[in-house]
Amino acid sequence: MTDMVHGSVHVDPYENGEPGLARWWRSVDRWTLALVLILFLIGLLLGQAASPPLAERNGLDPFHYVTRQAFFGVLGLTVMLIISLMSPSAVRRCAIVAFIIVTIAVILLPVLGTNYGKGATRWYSLGFMSLQPSEFLKPAFVIFAAWLMSASFTRNGPPGRSLSFLVLMFLVALLAMQPDIGQASLLFASWGVMVFVAGAPWAVLIGIVGLACGGLYAAYLLFPNHIAPRIDRFLEGEVGANSQLEFATTAIREGGLFGVGLGEGSVKWRLPDAHTDYIVAVAAEEYGLVMVLVLLALFLTITLRAIWRLRLEKDPFIRIAGTGLAMLIAVQSFINIGVSARLLPEKGMTLPFVSYGGSSLLAAGITLGMLLAFTRTRRQDDLEDALYAGHVE
Amino acid sequence: MIRVPLRPLAKVIAAREMGENPDVAEAERRAAALRVRRVRERRRAEKRLILVACVVTLAFGWVGFRMGDLSFSGDGRVMSARASEVLRNARADIVDRNGEVLATNLNTSSLYVETRHMVDKDAVADGLAAIFPDLDRDTLRARFDAPGNLHWIKPQISPEQEQAVFDLGQPGIFFGSRQMRVYPNGQRLGPILGGTRYERADTTGAEIIGIAGLENGFEERLSDPARVDEPLVLSIDLRVQTAMRDVLAAEMERLDARAAAGILMDANTGEVISMVSLPDFDPNNRPGFGGYAGDSPLFNRASQGVYELGSTFKPFSAALAMEMGVATPETMIDTRGPLRWGRFSIGDVHRMDPQMSVADVIVQSSNVGTARLALMTGTEAQQDFLRAFGLMEPTGLELPEARLARPITPERWSDLSTMTISYGHGISVSPLHMAAAYATLTNGGLRVEPTLLAGAERPGEEARVISADTSAAIRTMLRRVVAEEAGTANFAEVPGYEVGGKTGSADKPSASGGYDRDKVIGTFAAVFPTSAPRYVLVVTLDEAKTFAYGRTWRTAGWTAAPASAKVIRRIVPILGMRPMPSAPPAPLVDVTLTGLR
Repeated sequence: MTDMVHGSVHVDPYENGEPGLARWWRSVDRWTLALVLILFLIGLLLGQAASPPLAERNGLDPFHYVTRQAFFGVLGLTVMLIISLMSPSAVRRCAIVAFIIVTIAVILLPVLGTNYGKGATRWYSLGFMSLQPSEFLKPAFVIFAAWLMSASFTRNGPPGRSLSFLVLMFLVALLAMQPDIGQASLLFASWGVMVFVAGAPWAVLIGIVGLACGGLYAAYLLFPNHIAPRIDRFLEGEVGANSQLEFATTAIREGGLFGVGLGEGSVKWRLPDAHTDYIVAVAAEEYGLVMVLVLLALFLTITLRAIWRLRLEKDPFIRIAGTGLAMLIAVQSFINIGVSARLLPEKGMTLPFVSYGGSSLLAAGITLGMLLAFTRTRRQDDLEDALYAGHVE
Repeated sequence: MIRVPLRPLAKVIAAREMGENPDVAEAERRAAALRVRRVRERRRAEKRLILVACVVTLAFGWVGFRMGDLSFSGDGRVMSARASEVLRNARADIVDRNGEVLATNLNTSSLYVETRHMVDKDAVADGLAAIFPDLDRDTLRARFDAPGNLHWIKPQISPEQEQAVFDLGQPGIFFGSRQMRVYPNGQRLGPILGGTRYERADTTGAEIIGIAGLENGFEERLSDPARVDEPLVLSIDLRVQTAMRDVLAAEMERLDARAAAGILMDANTGEVISMVSLPDFDPNNRPGFGGYAGDSPLFNRASQGVYELGSTFKPFSAALAMEMGVATPETMIDTRGPLRWGRFSIGDVHRMDPQMSVADVIVQSSNVGTARLALMTGTEAQQDFLRAFGLMEPTGLELPEARLARPITPERWSDLSTMTISYGHGISVSPLHMAAAYATLTNGGLRVEPTLLAGAERPGEEARVISADTSAAIRTMLRRVVAEEAGTANFAEVPGYEVGGKTGSADKPSASGGYDRDKVIGTFAAVFPTSAPRYVLVVTLDEAKTFAYGRTWRTAGWTAAPASAKVIRRIVPILGMRPMPSAPPAPLVDVTLTGLR
């Protein structure tokens, strides 16, 4: 049925006769692959600096968290490679099934989840690790929404964009109730860019922006204890002398251009979230502004490369889904670094591939794997389009 | 399912006529339309994707810029702080009217360590513990291992200590430049100068701010980078200040007084030449707060404390009566006591003549006579008169403490209040108020503002409060108080200096309400020389007493008056005043004076 809907699975003429792995190597975005590997290595490097104090506090082996990060990172990278081998339609099928499962998992969070004393119930305890289903919800939703949106491209197709909006609203409400305004905003932002690329009229886009502003204001009013103080502090431009953000800012200032040197930073001793939400502060203190700029450049390059390769994509599903996945990475890293740079209110958000966290690393691997699968070079029937392009003008 | 519109029949027929299958033709047409739509959608998506890429690039660039801004603002902040810290480190000196240094800065060092640079933490801890006996080796060691790189060890160290630490030869120990505020004269000017402390400190320096006294009152001026090289010149004369403090400290001891205050003021300009408040403190080492505020050395009795100063107020009542024209110094006043007013009665300490001239009322200090004068002049005139002398408002002295000294006046100013205030009860002012008011009263009637800065000018006619004649008449009366046998302040006489003045003995309000007969604040407000007044001296002794002729005397005539005489005797040579020959024949005085000059 789905094939019939968008009928766009292209049969590669080289497929027959060429080994799958060779074809993969030829068509995959090898640069992005390399950049992701660098990101993961930087993450390990920073983790060695940032997490031993936490391990010490928790009475664990100093490199407990580094080891775990390496394990989950390798797991995430493996998952990424496997997914990038899959065809877009296979990815879509898996993702849609996964989306349904993860959504149910998120719905059941208040009943079965664990809050780890952090104020929000976001985790499932699996014994050796804890799973944060909302991390997996994001990429799965992007595929699901792209599928719905691309369906509206077919003649007499369903009103996919409106349907995806309804699903989005349901998920945003679900996340906001945890409350996890950060993930909700991320989801909304990615969906907004997808619908933009899917060709929504400008009037609708303006309505979406208005809705986002209204939603944030509603969150401000609805969570006077959780959200409002952070926003207030951000707007007033002052943060408490002992807040995490203040320590992060001091660390960035200490670091200067080239940092205070390996292992010499002090922020990691003071920040409970140094290894996750404020990993950039650790990077800035020990390795300086240079490291922050390198991180920014890596994420920006990954995003731009994906957009560049999707630019000429003929299949609307791949185009929209790829855009959504790229935006997930871009917006998430933007929010993470932006919080440390004091551009955004305090918001717990991991830095993909760099921050510690099993769910985060796995989800980043899945996201990047799907993105790599979608950005593989494919035959695009350029000649045919060029021939018909004359009719368009 | 939306129904596909029917194909136009004409086209079907036309196709059939051409022998084509109309369905195929229609399918091709539809496919072409779909392709065109696809291409259009794709182009739009391409444009929009490029727009998204631009926005993402801008957003990341923004974050990068902010990060750079933040990490360089750190450097910038340190640098700007360093620049201004150096300036703030520098604080202008304070000198007396003759240029003697009262407050200055010394270069010292602070001591801190950076564990990042240490090679041998144990050796550093051992070495520092050996040099500074108050530092403990193990505590230091624990601090070096604590999180963080920089640890403060000492805010100030001596040059010898600095050398010893330097000789340890250990990396990781650093000296921060510090300025230390030093008061070479210690206790003598404590209540005037107040003191300083470090406000913000970092490795490059520490900001000194004034916390009391002139250091606080002139904070802006002293820390103004543009004027650090220009010392703040006070009206204080260090020699006089030293002499007066020594005399008053000795008198306080001799008279068993709880506290003492003394103010010497230039009668014509309001410049405070000396201001003493005892017990006092060393601003190099300020004591902490605590205990009863009235006994604290930090409490400035001369400018901050307000007291009922008693009969020293009487000359104001006489002056008012003369200014209003209701009396002259010779006008006879009914001094029969006690004067009954409702439930209250006003009496005198000893028997007096039933009728006395206004001058005698002052000389012999008759409460009844002064009260009758006050009834003649009235409440409103009294209030206006006291206000004109500055006795109803805090003085304008540059000390922050002095601005707190708001005179205490009755909430309901009844006729009885007017009568008691006429002889100094029911109104509390600071000794500084009294000095300034006496200067105004005796210098010819021109209102002076007390100041601690050198260079005050004699006020002009616009500052006139009373006529020169009234002022001269008051001076004559004040001189008689000291010079005559019947006057209350014979002990204040210093031959050759024409001391005139008025005693005031006020019972202290007791804690339980009412007044305490055994606790007297004795005040002597003096002016000298009375023929051409140059200085006003106010001396106040708290709970002073002396034993003579078989009884204990607490009145000011026995306490503050002789103390004032000792002060005057000590300071007149410093002030460069020669004694006038004590030959009463009036014409001769002028001749001798001119002859002397």
